[in-house]
Amino acid sequence: MSMNTQGRPTSAGEAAATAHKTFTGNKALDMEEPLIFEIGRTDICGVDLDEVEDFQPRLGKHERKSEIGLVGLSEPETMRHYVRLSRNNYAIDAGLYPLGSCTMKHNPRLNEKMARLPGFGDIHPLQPISTTAGAFELIDELARWLMETTGTSAVAMSPKAGAHGEQCGMMAIKKALEARGEPRSIVLVPESAHGTNPATAALLGYKVVAIPAREDGTVDVSAVQEKLDLYKGEVAALMLTNPNTCGLFEPQVVEIAKAIHDAGAYFYCDGANFNAIVGKARPGDLGIDAMHINLHKTFSTPHGGGGPGSGPVVLSDRLAPFAPLPFIRKNGSELEVIETRDQLVEGEDPFGRMTAFHGQMGMFVRALSYMLSHGSDGLKQASEDAVLNANYVRVGLQDLMTLPYGEKPCMHEVLFDDTFLDGTGVTTLDFAKAMIDEGYHPMTMYFPLVVHGAMLIEPTESESRASLDLFVATLRDLVMSAKSGETERFAGAPYHAPRRRLDETSAARKPILKWTPPAPAQVEPLVPAE
Amino acid sequence: MTTYFTKDHEWLKVEGDVATVGITEYAQSQLGDVVFVELPETGKALAQGDEAAVVESVKAASEVYAPVDGEIVDGNADLEGEPAKVNEDPENSAWFFKMKLSNAGQLEELMNEADYKAYVESL
Repeated sequence: MSMNTQGRPTSAGEAAATAHKTFTGNKALDMEEPLIFEIGRTDICGVDLDEVEDFQPRLGKHERKSEIGLVGLSEPETMRHYVRLSRNNYAIDAGLYPLGSCTMKHNPRLNEKMARLPGFGDIHPLQPISTTAGAFELIDELARWLMETTGTSAVAMSPKAGAHGEQCGMMAIKKALEARGEPRSIVLVPESAHGTNPATAALLGYKVVAIPAREDGTVDVSAVQEKLDLYKGEVAALMLTNPNTCGLFEPQVVEIAKAIHDAGAYFYCDGANFNAIVGKARPGDLGIDAMHINLHKTFSTPHGGGGPGSGPVVLSDRLAPFAPLPFIRKNGSELEVIETRDQLVEGEDPFGRMTAFHGQMGMFVRALSYMLSHGSDGLKQASEDAVLNANYVRVGLQDLMTLPYGEKPCMHEVLFDDTFLDGTGVTTLDFAKAMIDEGYHPMTMYFPLVVHGAMLIEPTESESRASLDLFVATLRDLVMSAKSGETERFAGAPYHAPRRRLDETSAARKPILKWTPPAPAQVEPLVPAE
Repeated sequence: MTTYFTKDHEWLKVEGDVATVGITEYAQSQLGDVVFVELPETGKALAQGDEAAVVESVKAASEVYAPVDGEIVDGNADLEGEPAKVNEDPENSAWFFKMKLSNAGQLEELMNEADYKAYVESL
């Protein structure tokens, strides 16, 4: 045993090998944090306030009749609660986040600095328009970048995130068809589309007709044409995700667009995977009529434990007149804010309004900061790096894991199926849970549905080669472990997370939707309460 | 009574002009634990391929399509309270709905048990 001058042991010796239960249930920095209602008393106030004298309630019948049971916590107690919870969060700032079709991007701190400039950070949507010229100029500049990168002629800035953007784009399509005097009833959605696509179409009252994927995971223009012929004059739009959720660029996208347009329908593109093609291909040039852009994916504004999202929708010439209120009209160098129908001019026919105000201002500032700091060459390189990283992971794993569509290049995400787990007794879910033990957020699993036991991996473009090497090595180790019969590593995973595997079935079949107060705390105060 | 199968992993047991429809053992095994079932309203007229019911598991939500043209005459309300039955007894007590056939000729295009078994093995 090594000894210091006070004779105190300086290494733990044999005791280091054993773990024991703690009194608090905490494991050092891994805290067992109760719900906020279980920390504070509801009969006290966390702040010392003077008694109010001569208080005359003026709420009449709306006056509170009983206690509402809010906890009385002091500021330090509240702070500690949320800081402790935040330490259980996994974020792109904490590690590689390979969630497919989600584009978990690093949020450059420059974006945050810009968003906190008082002129942007403290702006209020009801400020007089005469005081917000800078904000509108920023929105207009961002709109210009979005139209430039997508090759389109208009953009609706107000939608709050992807699915909201889909709704906006599809409402513009619906309005355009009504304006033509030929409302239609069917929307075509390929099987490899995002789940929100058919949901959006159904929400707007359309009947959804699925288009099966080809053997190679892409959409066949003849399959689209077949449905267009079958439902002649009834198809309002096709909703296509490109690159699709198999991580593949649709090679026939131009032919598909032409078929759709020849049938008098519109082409909606889900832009969630735009990160793969920024600066390389412009959706407008491919023939799309509407596409939402997830600023919180492609242009680095925070999401996943942060947010909020932001989903501007770019529109083709054919849909531009139907963009929703409010919008900004440019007259030379003058910007005019159009809020109401009486401000409209010839050629403007908005379908309505999606939101009260102009959109997610904080996200606009961050997205434009990202674009301006990267420049057009930087945005292009980000896409190239995203595709390179996904293919680096693909090549590092394709001999051990199975690619459903063969060993060919993917876009910004790589899709594996679970064939490589056949006979091991390990499922995709087990594999994902074991990744948690290794300190990784799992990839997207069981999606897309067209592939059995899907694992969709999207590594961020900013991951270093060393980071990708460690990730690939970890997955290789897991695969080897599964194949050599170490099923216990998977069956009980995660072993090291703050919570072990949850019972998803019971959570869905018998959800506990109401909080009930737990038994009183076990620790008695030294001085009994009076 | 004759039993037919579809490529969408549904079975039909036909008695007279009424077909009882459910999902196959293979379908439930692929879905995993079923947590929610939505049934069609009685009286609803459906064409072959129309969405008839929804089955949701811990893995995914899937549609159950009308295997033939017809009108819904009954739904298995037990499933709404106990979706787990779909996992336990998919090809019997966990039937989804009954429909009155309006085009019995369509049955001939469906698979029999042996054909369906071969189809599942080919997947």
